[in-house]
Amino acid sequence: MGRYVVRRLLQMIPVFVGATLLIFLMVNVMGDPVAGLCGERACDPATAAQLKKEFGLDKPLWQQYLTYMGNVFTGDFGTAFNGQPVTELMGSAFPVTIRLTIVAVLFEIVIGITLGVLTGLRRGRPVDTGVLLATLVVISVPTFVTGLLLQLLLGIRWGWIRPSVRTGSFDELIVPGLVLASVSLAYVTRLTRTSIAENRRSDYVRTAVAKGLPHRRVVTRHLLRNSLIPVVTFIGTDIGALMGGAIVTERIFNIHGVGYQLYQGILRQNTQTVVGFVTVLVLVFLVANLLVDLLYAVLDPRIRYA
Amino acid sequence: MPEQPPYEPERAIAGTGMGGAMDLGASEAAGLEKAPGGPDGTGPRDKARSLWSDAWRDLRRNPVFLASALVILFLVFVSLWPSAIASGSPLSCDLAKAQDGSGPGAPFGYDGQGCNVYTRTVYGARTSVTVGVCATLGVALFGSVLGALAGYFGGVWDSVLSRLTDVFFAIPVVLGGLVLLSVVTSNTVWPVIGFMVLLGWPQLSRIARGSVITAKHHDYVQAARALGASDSRILLRHIAPNAVAPVIVVATIALGTYIALEATLSYLGVGLKPPSVSWGIDISAASPYIRNAPHALLWPSGALAVTVLAFIMLGDAVRDALDPKLR
Repeated sequence: MGRYVVRRLLQMIPVFVGATLLIFLMVNVMGDPVAGLCGERACDPATAAQLKKEFGLDKPLWQQYLTYMGNVFTGDFGTAFNGQPVTELMGSAFPVTIRLTIVAVLFEIVIGITLGVLTGLRRGRPVDTGVLLATLVVISVPTFVTGLLLQLLLGIRWGWIRPSVRTGSFDELIVPGLVLASVSLAYVTRLTRTSIAENRRSDYVRTAVAKGLPHRRVVTRHLLRNSLIPVVTFIGTDIGALMGGAIVTERIFNIHGVGYQLYQGILRQNTQTVVGFVTVLVLVFLVANLLVDLLYAVLDPRIRYA
Repeated sequence: MPEQPPYEPERAIAGTGMGGAMDLGASEAAGLEKAPGGPDGTGPRDKARSLWSDAWRDLRRNPVFLASALVILFLVFVSLWPSAIASGSPLSCDLAKAQDGSGPGAPFGYDGQGCNVYTRTVYGARTSVTVGVCATLGVALFGSVLGALAGYFGGVWDSVLSRLTDVFFAIPVVLGGLVLLSVVTSNTVWPVIGFMVLLGWPQLSRIARGSVITAKHHDYVQAARALGASDSRILLRHIAPNAVAPVIVVATIALGTYIALEATLSYLGVGLKPPSVSWGIDISAASPYIRNAPHALLWPSGALAVTVLAFIMLGDAVRDALDPKLR
């Protein structure tokens, strides 16, 4: 196990370097970073040159990348153009998005798995067909449409929620979390359903039934435990995707989280903010994937990592 | 297996694989022709049918497939000749009619700028279909060729490609789109399609790589090699026909998600921009008026949802037909 973790950690390095380098290049294509500093007018050439020298922007790109990464590992993500350190922006943005992600993951677990178990046990019945169709519809409707529709219905027509989020506390994030989770929730349902239906016919379930265990215990203890392995994998890898995909949800409900900061950063060509946030998101994605792989070994004793 | 059998499925693939979902009708027509009696006189029904003719038999009886194919055919028709069912130009707007409900010639009412929502929704289909089809074609070509080569030859390039796909998977798609497309000034569908190909190919290259690796260990490949067939012949004649099914399925479902992605990017303001006509733009433009004119939001949203649904259901049906194990 220890050797496996080390190997996985080593494998993460090239992926991390590659992904951050790619983003670094993409952001550099975004345009002259100094131009954003002079406001509406074009910069005076002498000032521009001075600024470029000051920020090390006259050096070759690979050198800029190395300097940046060196700073990142000492905890210095640079300064946004309004003079605020990027870490400060992160400190205000990440808690909100993490809360939003937690709400979304809870929805995936509670609703997704419950529906999946229900339909998996009643395969082919009307409940199953109905839920399956509903998941297809949820997958097909893009998140921003779901979000706008729920905002219109719950927020404006019926007045159950505030159409836009103010403080970002948990209770305000329930509906946005549901919107963020919607597509993954449908996938979790389908995945659980397939997995349950498959394992229902397995030997250990027949044994459990044969030795007289109550139905409830067979399902929760034997069937569910074994069927949840692929679902846990999916939810784990989804955490990174949810945090990165929160841009749309945060825009609809006016949540000042990671997506909002990134959107602002991109609009204002605020390269430091964009690169910093994306770097952290890529790290979250990679670490979540690693944890899922390790969890896999814990959940499924058949898997042993040498 | 000797030479003959691979010929048969391959013809079906040439149509289905590269043509994307739109060509399904055409390629399945090919499957229909060959179903009774193979080209080399193998006899009508006593011989085992190919995977493709089997799949086509299943699909013809599947109501989900028929319904989604009908919707898609309609969409293709509308995107080719939008003027056939909508009069007027999507760009001629009359501010006096802003936010009005339905009226003569405008069954869906008018949006915040006084544009005819019906006309704009009809004309928006072209953008979505173009983006979906072109992006899928690009991704399928680029991804499956790279993945197949890596899977077949293995070695260093395979490792490099695998790590490279890991890198692309680590970048959130919407985020990448925002960063890359925010610099683009051209207001056509091509940058959006290019971006989708750039970030979409790893998905299909992984699928293609996996199925080529599975196919390459089969006996018929060994036999072909023993007979002295070249690498390119083995790949094209023997492996490709047997490895292409998963690629087709994933590509069809991906087509729907590309349409949704284009709308999302346009909604965020980096995909297509006005005066282009796209459902994403219309939804974005309608969201400030959501209180007074929800119809301007609902119609393009509905059209978008139905379109994406049709492609995803088509992909689902094709998968069920091509993968009998799942039943």
